[in-house]
Amino acid sequence: MPRFYRIIIKSLLPAALSLSIAGCGIRETNVERGNREQILYIGNGSEPEGLDPHIVTGVTEHNIISALFEGLVSEDPIDLHPVPGMAKYWEVFEEGKRYIFHLREEAVWSNGDAVTAHDFVYSYERILSPALAAEYAYMLYAMENARAFNAREITDFSAVGAKALDDKKLEIRLERSIPYFLELQSHYSWWPVHPPTIEKFGGMTERGTHWTRPENIVSNGPFTLTDWMINQRIKVRKNPRYWDAEKVKLNGINFLPIDSRDTEERAFRVGYLHLTQTIPLHRVDYYRNERPDSSRFDTYLGTYCYLFNVNSPPLDDIRVRKALSLSLNREEITQYVTRAGQQPAYHFTPPDTGGYNARARIEYDSEKARKLLAQAGYPDGEGFPELELLYNTSESHRTSAEAIQQMWKKTLNIEIKLLNQEWKVFLNSMHSKNYQIGRFGWIGDYNDPNTFLDLWVTDGGNNRTGWSNPEYDKLISLASKTYAKEQRFNHFQDAEKILLEELPVMPIYFYVRSLLIHPSVRGWHPNILDRHPYKHVYLDGE
Amino acid sequence: MFNFICRRVIHAIPVILIIATVTFFLIRLAPGDPLSDEKAVPPEIRVNLEAHYGFDNPLWLQYLHYMGNLFQGDLGPSFKYIGWTVNELIGQSFLVSLELGLLALIIAVLLGTISGTIAAVNKNSSLDYLPMSIAMAGICMPTFVMGPLLVLFFGLYLGWFNPLGWEQWSDRVLPAFTLGIYYAAYIARLTRSGMLEILSSDYIRTARAKGLPEWRVVLVHGIKTGLLPVVAFLGPASAGLISGSFVVETIFQVPGLGRFFVMAAFNRDYTMVLGTVLFYATLIILLNLIVDIIQVIINPRLKYE
Repeated sequence: MPRFYRIIIKSLLPAALSLSIAGCGIRETNVERGNREQILYIGNGSEPEGLDPHIVTGVTEHNIISALFEGLVSEDPIDLHPVPGMAKYWEVFEEGKRYIFHLREEAVWSNGDAVTAHDFVYSYERILSPALAAEYAYMLYAMENARAFNAREITDFSAVGAKALDDKKLEIRLERSIPYFLELQSHYSWWPVHPPTIEKFGGMTERGTHWTRPENIVSNGPFTLTDWMINQRIKVRKNPRYWDAEKVKLNGINFLPIDSRDTEERAFRVGYLHLTQTIPLHRVDYYRNERPDSSRFDTYLGTYCYLFNVNSPPLDDIRVRKALSLSLNREEITQYVTRAGQQPAYHFTPPDTGGYNARARIEYDSEKARKLLAQAGYPDGEGFPELELLYNTSESHRTSAEAIQQMWKKTLNIEIKLLNQEWKVFLNSMHSKNYQIGRFGWIGDYNDPNTFLDLWVTDGGNNRTGWSNPEYDKLISLASKTYAKEQRFNHFQDAEKILLEELPVMPIYFYVRSLLIHPSVRGWHPNILDRHPYKHVYLDGE
Repeated sequence: MFNFICRRVIHAIPVILIIATVTFFLIRLAPGDPLSDEKAVPPEIRVNLEAHYGFDNPLWLQYLHYMGNLFQGDLGPSFKYIGWTVNELIGQSFLVSLELGLLALIIAVLLGTISGTIAAVNKNSSLDYLPMSIAMAGICMPTFVMGPLLVLFFGLYLGWFNPLGWEQWSDRVLPAFTLGIYYAAYIARLTRSGMLEILSSDYIRTARAKGLPEWRVVLVHGIKTGLLPVVAFLGPASAGLISGSFVVETIFQVPGLGRFFVMAAFNRDYTMVLGTVLFYATLIILLNLIVDIIQVIINPRLKYE
């Protein structure tokens, strides 16, 4: 061996060994430190688009904003039913068309200012101002004249159904009664912002100002923002002025924006994180079998499906759409392709959405599928034109699409071409109905069947199928005018039956939220909206 | 030299303007826009958004508006990260990329030139074959394989380093190596071929004939000219290194510029795409200028032209 190598081996090996011994066991991991200091470390998926509750639109953002702000009502940590938040109690009048919220005397902003009814009215005016261009302004359209104000049809905000009766009394009038109005209050678009802070940084309708920076922000939630390095970390710490601060056990939360699932999983393995956003598919079996105490697979309020462009032959024929759906073995897809505990979907609205369970069902029946296709004029797939299945570029969408392509080939003997497009191109194709069969996923905005079923009304903004059914439109409209729960749900049942009868959309499976969770995390209850009010979460390192 | 620099800077201005114009229209031609999302917003809200961002103006007016701001050094607000300007985002993340890139560059140059020189001096011996085989493997091994391997061994198995993050000094080691090793391998091969050519040239034979010790021949006379191809390579290499790497930043969760550069295009974040492209272009022009100056300094046969 040349001397050169010997020198290297002699000098480097002991150094490496000593370093490895020194490195082991001495460094405290984030989880250990967090458990000691009651600081929760969360992998937050990606960098939030922002922290202004009236501007942002995503779940990533919700995870952070819900630590910083609080609305009129809050959520029960177990089943998410509305519990008092900024409002101590409320009264309901006129069959749910008018609410009066009584704000807590002790509710204050993080700078000590009292939270008043005027702050709420100011906040509603802000998010509804056309000049702010808030995407989620439509979440407030239930309020009287809110849509008209947002669409510039009226300019006087006093005509909108929000009024401060005094400092602590807020009246909200609705266009029509909405059974899930209190649940809507847990959406951040309804939450208040601190008017003097907004005015200090550019004013009410200025978008994208610096008011959400740690040095400027004033908030009213259980935590305050203390540190924000873009793409690196967001730290929130306990807000001692929060009205219910006694109950908040965590001293803080560190949100780490980790895009890569594999990186996140590695981080969890070495104790860098308490909680992850997801589990990489290739690690699902391992965690399910070997680490059941550290993994969760909870049903999530969302449906994965394929849309049919009903204006594109042969998909204009109900029999063809039905044949395609009938020949789909959904059990096989969830068991062998998606694998993370997704539920096969035989109806569109996820089970137990706000207490609603669809009675109508679609089925799996290859024999019937072949018969229907023959009736439509394509016996054994003969003469069936090649169809294009469009999805956005992603490994998981591809594997599902390939499995479905095979199923259709095997059962119906038809050819499907797979086509993937980059996200924004895909959106463009879907929005302009430039597709035949397209992937679609829908996560409910709130826990009520309406968020799923009003998608498919004629010319609905998200109805990209071209499908239209007057009877269906009527039922959805009827449901929106009905206050009695049972009657309302009956309208939804009838509507869902029509939807599954005509199948402009083919449900495949219901989403699941899979995540890694360190056993020391307590108070993180599974629920369909995947919401976990942080004030009930704590760490138990024992 | 001053004239040379002035001339190059003046030449650079139209280049930047052309790049800005072409990028502006190219990104607008791409299907989709920064405002589109899976959930469609009601038309009245779409109108508000378009009015807010000036998308309701004709494209030429938007172009003039952008160029007007550009001349004042304002790259505009990001569409994706609301509340952050492109200047802020690039400023913050470039410092990270610069740090990571310089560390990687040091690793690359040290490892590359030393092993390349050793290989050239010991031509066709095991001291040549071994480093060169490793270098070949280094060139072939993509960063998305090298990164996770390093993490697996040093992060998960030995536990010396965090597998991700950019919080403490030790967090720099793994990403810098992942990024640097590829360039080190390339530099090693360039050094070896450059040195081999020089070591067989006449003036080196003269130096040896004069009885100079071998280390002086190699390290004083040989290396100066032998490294010229490396210096030429360093221009684009440093631009590549300090402007950030999407893969390395994703693997190690480094808050650098590389991810912005790639994700901006996916998000159709128009201002961010333009900002990063212009920044990158300026960086390349600047680094090439520096390399040209260095080349004239170490190679007396070249002059400022």
